[in-house]
Amino acid sequence: MKVRFWGVRGSIASPGPSTVRYGGNTTCIEIRTDNNELIILDAGTGIFPLSQTLLAELPVTANVFISHSHWDHIQGLPFFIPNFIPGNTLRLHGAFDPVSGKGVEQVMAVQLQYSYFPVREAEMKARMEYVTLAPEQSLQIGSATVTPFLMNHPVIDFGYRIEANGKSVFFTGDHEPPLNIYEPGDESYDEYQGFIDEKAHSILRAMHGVDVLIADSSYTEAEYPAKKGWGHGTFNSSIAYAKAAGAKMLFCTHHEPTRSDDALEAAFRQVLLDNPPLAGGPQVRLAREGETYEF
Amino acid sequence: MSPELSLKLAAAVDGMPAFPKSVQKILELTRDVNCSPKDLVQVIDKDPVVTVKVLRVVNSAYYSLPKQITSINHAVVYLGFNTIKNLALSIAAIGMLPASNAAGFDGAQYLIHSLSTAAIAKQLALRLDDADPMDCFIAGLLHDFGKVVFAQFMPTEFRKALETSQWNESSLHLALRDVIGADHAVVGAMLVEKWRFPADLVETIRYQYGPEIKDTPMIACVFAANQISKKLEFGFAGNPYIEQLPPAIAQRLGGTLDELIVSLGDLAPLLEEAKIFSKV
Repeated sequence: MKVRFWGVRGSIASPGPSTVRYGGNTTCIEIRTDNNELIILDAGTGIFPLSQTLLAELPVTANVFISHSHWDHIQGLPFFIPNFIPGNTLRLHGAFDPVSGKGVEQVMAVQLQYSYFPVREAEMKARMEYVTLAPEQSLQIGSATVTPFLMNHPVIDFGYRIEANGKSVFFTGDHEPPLNIYEPGDESYDEYQGFIDEKAHSILRAMHGVDVLIADSSYTEAEYPAKKGWGHGTFNSSIAYAKAAGAKMLFCTHHEPTRSDDALEAAFRQVLLDNPPLAGGPQVRLAREGETYEF
Repeated sequence: MSPELSLKLAAAVDGMPAFPKSVQKILELTRDVNCSPKDLVQVIDKDPVVTVKVLRVVNSAYYSLPKQITSINHAVVYLGFNTIKNLALSIAAIGMLPASNAAGFDGAQYLIHSLSTAAIAKQLALRLDDADPMDCFIAGLLHDFGKVVFAQFMPTEFRKALETSQWNESSLHLALRDVIGADHAVVGAMLVEKWRFPADLVETIRYQYGPEIKDTPMIACVFAANQISKKLEFGFAGNPYIEQLPPAIAQRLGGTLDELIVSLGDLAPLLEEAKIFSKV
């Protein structure tokens, strides 16, 4: 199985000299099974360079799984080049949005409006299919089994576990471990903590024993107190997940858009000092645009 | 009840507004980007309409939960606070339940009755080993949900039943069955069952009229709380008829209605809290 990072930046594309080593594109991850089936996790701006490489293997069926509908995870979709070429299929998977009452089709429809994009969906030449997923209902993509899990973000966010040929990856999408909204001593504190513990348990079950964990590690511990409730994890929360789930390799992603490569490496050095590597793993790395990890 | 009527009522609830105080509080709290989740949950779980609508979403087929969710706190952990906040906001955007309706049904008094029944049901559940206090709270809050639906969508018929029941000092259940062909318990249960609420909550709403009552811990707490709240005149939801506790329920709770009232001690603070929420 291969994992290739096409976009590792959070929130907004951040190109420029200070982000050239880790990359400025927003979230997009290409997964290839051992049978070369194509699974794409999220459609941030990184999907545009990815889509150019697909021109060498047309016709293509792209199974895209959207973690959630925030811009930085969908805004590359209109520029997915195979959409404009007959014979291709784009199969878009994602969650139902209980607030809008719409399925995953809205992430495309909202972008292909006259004022924002010149081509209508009807004018695109590829076949478009929309699959709205329910949590923990697995789906088969060739040799791969993909299972969505509900995470915690200001909008419904799916983490995805992908298993094929005995190998496995889990991607959190954007995720902050949920916090208790009550103070210890409040009447509802224990009840709420029970729900949180249950959720933490189901998240660990979802990640259990994966070869590769790709996790939202937006903030350092020092930054986090000012960002509570924004829906993002920290380097430490990701490492804690990787350890508790028994993951072999952790890629920290969703790098802060204002963090330069140097600052990112400095922050990461400190994280490794604070979390010395354990003998049995996990290995911990920064996700870097353009890097492929094969296992 | 005919399938047409059941569909019509279920569809009508979509566009049904919430109570004025909660709409006002939801709009006020959500204006602040750092709105306290705790404060918002405390508003949502005091309004039967908002509670029903939030639980309906989280228990919908889209999430195919292995076990249904009955508490707003649980819904917040499951779907995330911001999603619940925006759901509440979209409900608040519909408007407010009008202060008066053609049925002559008093919404503020109904709310006091529902809130005090919920709070008493929770207190009674705390005494039993086999009743969940939060589930009993929700069941108490929603036990008369069918009445708000009638007041909104079948006001003429509801008014007639209310008047008959007042005049004869007889059970509103019987008057409604006579006029509409189904009482508020059947309609409330039908709706929450359609929305995939848990079976014990559905049956607690369905069985609240004496002769046909079932014996479960949740029904015991909610049925007794409902009678206590009526007897003490904590609000008024249109049914003047107070029932005695069937022997099985009295045995579960360890006393008759009057004995239970004595054992609950001073309920004035509980009533005050319910009153605060019913006022705009």
